[in-house]
Amino acid sequence: MDSLVEAFRLIISLDADLFEILWLSIKVSLVALIIAAFIGLPLGTYLAITKFPGRKFCILLLNALMGMPPVVVGLMVYLLLSRSGPLGWLGLLYTPTAMIIAQVVLITPIIAALSNQVIEHLHQEYSDTFYSMGVTGRRAVAAYLVDARYALTTCILAGFGRAIAEVGAVIIVGGNIDHLTRVMTTAIALETSKGNLTLALALGAVLLALSLLVNALVIGVREYAAKRQYA
Amino acid sequence: MQRSANMPRSILPLSICDLRLIKGDRALLGGVNLMIDHPGITVIMGPNGAGKSLLLRCLHGLIKPDFGRITLGHQSVADSSDQQAMVFQQPVLLRRTVLQNLAFAAPKTAKTDPQCLMRALESVNLADRAHQPARMLSGGEQQRLSLARALLSRPALLLLDEATASLDPASVLLIESLVKAQSAQGTKVILVSHDQGQARRMADEVVFISNGQVAEQSPAEQFFTAPQTPVAQAYLAGEISF
Repeated sequence: MDSLVEAFRLIISLDADLFEILWLSIKVSLVALIIAAFIGLPLGTYLAITKFPGRKFCILLLNALMGMPPVVVGLMVYLLLSRSGPLGWLGLLYTPTAMIIAQVVLITPIIAALSNQVIEHLHQEYSDTFYSMGVTGRRAVAAYLVDARYALTTCILAGFGRAIAEVGAVIIVGGNIDHLTRVMTTAIALETSKGNLTLALALGAVLLALSLLVNALVIGVREYAAKRQYA
Repeated sequence: MQRSANMPRSILPLSICDLRLIKGDRALLGGVNLMIDHPGITVIMGPNGAGKSLLLRCLHGLIKPDFGRITLGHQSVADSSDQQAMVFQQPVLLRRTVLQNLAFAAPKTAKTDPQCLMRALESVNLADRAHQPARMLSGGEQQRLSLARALLSRPALLLLDEATASLDPASVLLIESLVKAQSAQGTKVILVSHDQGQARRMADEVVFISNGQVAEQSPAEQFFTAPQTPVAQAYLAGEISF
């Protein structure tokens, strides 16, 4: 109980260490999310509206990658960025950039696969009309992305939820270095193992609040879209 | 008659030669031969499952036939696609406002002229709904918007696939008057309809389809007063379900 009270005191007093960790977590996850959305949304849309040999396999692969264990992603990125790896010369291991790369690898399939399902559904509805209006190629992709904007926002928020709560990959490639690569999840794991429950609980409470906020946003976006028949 | 600059290019004669569409061992269209060379409104009639909508979709290029040839003004379907517009039974509107729906479909020249889009909305009595979400319109309003969207490109050929089915009489009459006005401006209209009353009001010519083939093609007046084939006679007498 004392730890819990102390944890809330840390949050209310805007503890510098806590907010440094929080800021880095949000920064890493947001940058990863933006990159993943730029890759995942057009990829999911392209796979939904284009027919080519192997398309079904690509969708199957994306769906399988959605459930990829974060530690495996962490290991792959580690092997890629480690000094003897193909990208070792970049010197990115144990930096926030490495953590961003790992999160991008982790959440791009989620955003692509979820957006693929959304756009596929929309494509069934729009394809004849778009054909009739001569809307093809990039114009069609852009139109689908605009029209599915609310559903896609929930896909993106799902990606953010996964990224911010992820621990396995970022601890492998980030190393959980204090003031450099320590994020909320890795700090919680470390502080719990050290028996410092105060900081772990404070970070846990913030993480929970973030998760609630993301879910509230998802529900809000869905309701707004449904109300205006944009869902 | 001198062609006005606003008049669409002619897409006639429209020729369909031995058009076949086969699914499994069933011929959905079993060798359709048709020549349409008169302007005005051609109504395609026929019982359920006769192949009317399939024929329209082939004309528009939405379905590729297994065999046969379609030419529109001596062009292929693909080459004439930018001169065609189609209105479907179920209007499909973008998840945007009424005005944005029109702007999306508008040719570049119209996109830069908001007055042009507003005039198009006024023509279908939707100017006061311009900034509302399009999918919140009633069924009749949605179909009017679909028609306005289709007409923006001033098509040479306008295809309507039971576009007024399940609409209230006022909406039906408004859409009919808009289609007639468009036809009077030189657009060739081909309309699939089950509604004999509508066909009598609209048609200059009737093409009657039965079992995936053209059973009869005649001027509207002749078709409704003296149909030449027993199947058309039975259909008009209500002895074949539609």
